[in-house]
Amino acid sequence: MNTPKELLYAKSHEWVRMEEDGSAYIGLTDYAQDALGDLVFVNLPEVDDEVTAGEVFADVESVKAVSDVYSPVTGKVAEINEELLDAPEKINEDPYGAWFVKVTDITDKEELLSAEDYEKVCEEEA
Amino acid sequence: MQLIFEKSREGIGCSILPPCDVDTVSLSDGQKRKESWNLPQIAEVDISRHYKELVKRVHGVNDGFYPLGSCTMKYNPQINEEAARLSGFTGIHPLQPENTVQGCLEVIKELETYLCEITGMDGMTMQPAAGAHGEFTGLLLIKAYLMAKGETNRTKIIVPDSAHGTNPASASMAGFDIVNVPSNEEGCVDLEALKNAVGEDTAGLMLTNPNTVGIFDKNILEITTIIHEAGGLCYYDGANLNAVMGIVRPGDMGFDVIHLNLHKTFSTPHGGGGPGAGTVGCKEFLKPFLPNDYVEEGEDGLTFVKPANTIGRVKEFYGNFLVAVKALAYIKTLGKEGIPEASTNAVLNANYMRVCLKDTYDMAYEGICMHEFVMTLEKLHHDKDVSALDVAKMLLDNGIHPPTMYFPLIVHEALMIEPTETESKATLDHAVEVFKNIYQTAMEDPESLHQCPKTTPVGRLDEVKAARKPILKYEA
Repeated sequence: MNTPKELLYAKSHEWVRMEEDGSAYIGLTDYAQDALGDLVFVNLPEVDDEVTAGEVFADVESVKAVSDVYSPVTGKVAEINEELLDAPEKINEDPYGAWFVKVTDITDKEELLSAEDYEKVCEEEA
Repeated sequence: MQLIFEKSREGIGCSILPPCDVDTVSLSDGQKRKESWNLPQIAEVDISRHYKELVKRVHGVNDGFYPLGSCTMKYNPQINEEAARLSGFTGIHPLQPENTVQGCLEVIKELETYLCEITGMDGMTMQPAAGAHGEFTGLLLIKAYLMAKGETNRTKIIVPDSAHGTNPASASMAGFDIVNVPSNEEGCVDLEALKNAVGEDTAGLMLTNPNTVGIFDKNILEITTIIHEAGGLCYYDGANLNAVMGIVRPGDMGFDVIHLNLHKTFSTPHGGGGPGAGTVGCKEFLKPFLPNDYVEEGEDGLTFVKPANTIGRVKEFYGNFLVAVKALAYIKTLGKEGIPEASTNAVLNANYMRVCLKDTYDMAYEGICMHEFVMTLEKLHHDKDVSALDVAKMLLDNGIHPPTMYFPLIVHEALMIEPTETESKATLDHAVEVFKNIYQTAMEDPESLHQCPKTTPVGRLDEVKAARKPILKYEA
């Protein structure tokens, strides 16, 4: 399992990369993509949509099932990764490169975990 | 095998038309197609062989055991087909005068009476085409009722996390927001979570009972009371009615609206694209909202009426009428004694298989089940890298249709088995043996399961590619 040290993690298996300007990129962890299996569809919010910490902002579909993706922060969607819409397999191939959204105007955050703590959460689940 | 389009040869046909003995007319240019149809040109004998070839490549209830959980793949008695082929049912036109189709209207009315008796409802519409369409119709009834009362703030439908995916989808289609409530450890509704979820914005609850893990929720009266006291209505998804018909009625459990899948519970063929029938029933206070073309006794016999506050038509006229004919034939054949007997045998068969398998496979939930049970292959997957999908594929090699896989979502590596009442002990014993052999293979040679199926017309399909790059249309 790949868990980069420089990222923060939510218990619901999203990663967050905080940028210096206060914005954040959000994606799905390696553990999550492996558990979900090959992804065939992804549903993203639109630019300017509001996202709320702990609430669903996107969903991903594998051949088994559709799963919700939760936002670890509250803010406004500044950018979406449109490439994923046509190529959801990028999430499986490169989970930490395949960011879902860039969020700005962040006003609230979930309690985020370090890579080490997140690995412990995954071990408990497995 | 070749597609029928690939078998097409220029100039081959299968119709010998008599000389035209009426005047011909030409369409104006604006009415003509710009391109010709791309229809296959093929002789009748080759069409017949083409479809026969397709038939050999599929698995139906007539080919073997089909324990697809939550789908109730029971055998479809031939007497139903015989009834549905009577010319008085097949040769009618939907716009025929009512006095010439009294027999057909009688079928609808009589079926309504029986189904109301079985479910504890007061009125039914046969219009919806299938289950999800029934859900949508039922939710429109709830919405229309709330609107008529001026309760426009009630916008939320509560759905448990074990529900069929169609429930939240239908609620969303009908313009409601969805509130998910978690299940407790027994796989039933968590009452505390439900109490916290209801409020002034609650429009209703959608529930199956027995639920999707095959367990009858014993708190059902408390559940429906919580919803009613909050001012919402209760919707019963009839997907699992086969476990309880003639024994306990949704109407008595506190449900206000239901849909039935006639094509599941009342034995009409399904799984090949239909047609189905998602009959919707309701309590008296919702009858004024039922769709158009409701059959009632008039001055000169039976007649179509438009209920006072109707939500309108949800499908043309009679709905999938011949499905209703088959369901009526089924109910009349089984009778008052046979209907509950079918349910008790369905429950008995499921429990028999469950007990035979429980020392080999892990059951998702302990205790007696209803008409279906759910196994979890999480341990097998973890220890031997054999997934529910692998087991399903090896079942195909043994002439058995796989159970429902990866559903409900709250159970990991789920296999959901519903044998139905129409299978004999011999069939169940054979299936149990096959399941045990597969387990043995998984222990000794797990890798071999990844190659299954080996004996079917096509091997393991690339499901990921099929989902990512679907080809839905023939292009030369």
